[in-house]
Amino acid sequence: MIRVELPFHLRNLAGVSGEVLLDVGPVVTQRTVLDALESLYPVLRGTIRDIVTQRRRAFLRFYACETDLSLDDPDKPLPDSVASGAEPFLVIGSIAGG
Amino acid sequence: MAQVRLLVGTRKGGFILTSDEARKSWEISGPHFAGWEIYHIKGSPVDPNRLYASQSSGWFGQMIQRSDDGGKTWNPVDHAFVYEGPTGTHLWYDATQHPWEFKRIWHLEPSLDDPDTVYAGAEDAALFRTTDGGKSWHELSGLRNHETGTQWMPGAGGMGVHTILLDKANPGRIYIAISAAGVFRSDDAGLTWRPVNRGLKSQYIPDPDAPVGHCVHRIDMHPSRPNTLFMQKHWDVMRTDDGGENWHEVSGDLPTDFGFPIAVHAHDPETVYVVPIKSDSEHFPPDGKLRVYRSKTGGNQWEPLTNGLPQSDCYVNVLREAMSVDSCDSCGIYFGTTGGQVYGSADGGDSWTAIVRDLPAVLSVEAQTLS
Repeated sequence: MIRVELPFHLRNLAGVSGEVLLDVGPVVTQRTVLDALESLYPVLRGTIRDIVTQRRRAFLRFYACETDLSLDDPDKPLPDSVASGAEPFLVIGSIAGG
Repeated sequence: MAQVRLLVGTRKGGFILTSDEARKSWEISGPHFAGWEIYHIKGSPVDPNRLYASQSSGWFGQMIQRSDDGGKTWNPVDHAFVYEGPTGTHLWYDATQHPWEFKRIWHLEPSLDDPDTVYAGAEDAALFRTTDGGKSWHELSGLRNHETGTQWMPGAGGMGVHTILLDKANPGRIYIAISAAGVFRSDDAGLTWRPVNRGLKSQYIPDPDAPVGHCVHRIDMHPSRPNTLFMQKHWDVMRTDDGGENWHEVSGDLPTDFGFPIAVHAHDPETVYVVPIKSDSEHFPPDGKLRVYRSKTGGNQWEPLTNGLPQSDCYVNVLREAMSVDSCDSCGIYFGTTGGQVYGSADGGDSWTAIVRDLPAVLSVEAQTLS
């Protein structure tokens, strides 16, 4: 299972606490993970990726294995440790100070 | 005895304020959707417990919430606001053409006769409608595709459809207003539109009396006089008596005719309220005195209403959606400020009290009168 960690507001929308576990299939990429996430929690459609363009929303970042994957090709395979469930795929909201 | 319910949208959540008809003691619930910008909450006129809320975030985009029990519980409904057909372009700040990009819903207007039908005003300017209680939204694309659309330009606050006025006497007639394009009217339930801005003069556009390009901040009407509309423009308070065909200025003796909201008394269609703001460069009340101005003559003659409002060191703003009236026998009027206060008057504006003082910046206030 793929482990996904969502920010506070998206956990509230989805009605989950802690990590989300997803059955993604053989190819584990940003796109397939987010497709599986949105399939399980339709309320999250459009909250991470634009509903039309499917581009990552500007103030969200994707991290895993201490690496920023936000600018990677969404069809590039995620690290093996994410695909194996050893490490979570993190959806992070950019910080807002002030 | 009637009850009054105020639906308050703020920068950090929604709040619901309820009182009996005396409107002296208020119960406050919230924040609902804490941490989200709640641009607007509005109830169905035919089923007042059916509420719709526009929930927005720079991080996560647009959500729409629906309540069937007056705001006690909420459920998200569809939030796919997709422009229909070719997206097209509008004028950008640098005079180039810029593609339409959906950002948020500024205003939700439930139908006058069907709780499942709601109109939604969007930034970038477009009108959407649901007829199934929010399960799906579809654009009424005749507005965005209007032949003048390429000339519409956002103001500093964006290019949004805010006011949506439905005319009970003429079921196909809808007025909307766009900052900064002006007022548009449909007589066929939103399929086709035409600008109705004759008489507006705006010095901040190259042609001050152009058919479109005016930064209309808010319009309001009394249901018994659907051809009479009142407008608070970027500058100028305006009035039309022929459904928008011709506007004339009724700023009269206001200390400044800049401002954002405007509201018409529930029982007297010639009584109008505005909150003068110093200028487009200084978004706070003149002289640090928060004053609502009331005209009982349909404009031109205005009186300041100050009893209970701060008359020194007050530098808040009152945004365009943040004023509303109830329809109790003694008309109540309410407004929220960017400082988080919600003020109410149960006597048509003669005296005011702060219902609540320390909310996040208030974006919208809608009053419901419940029998």
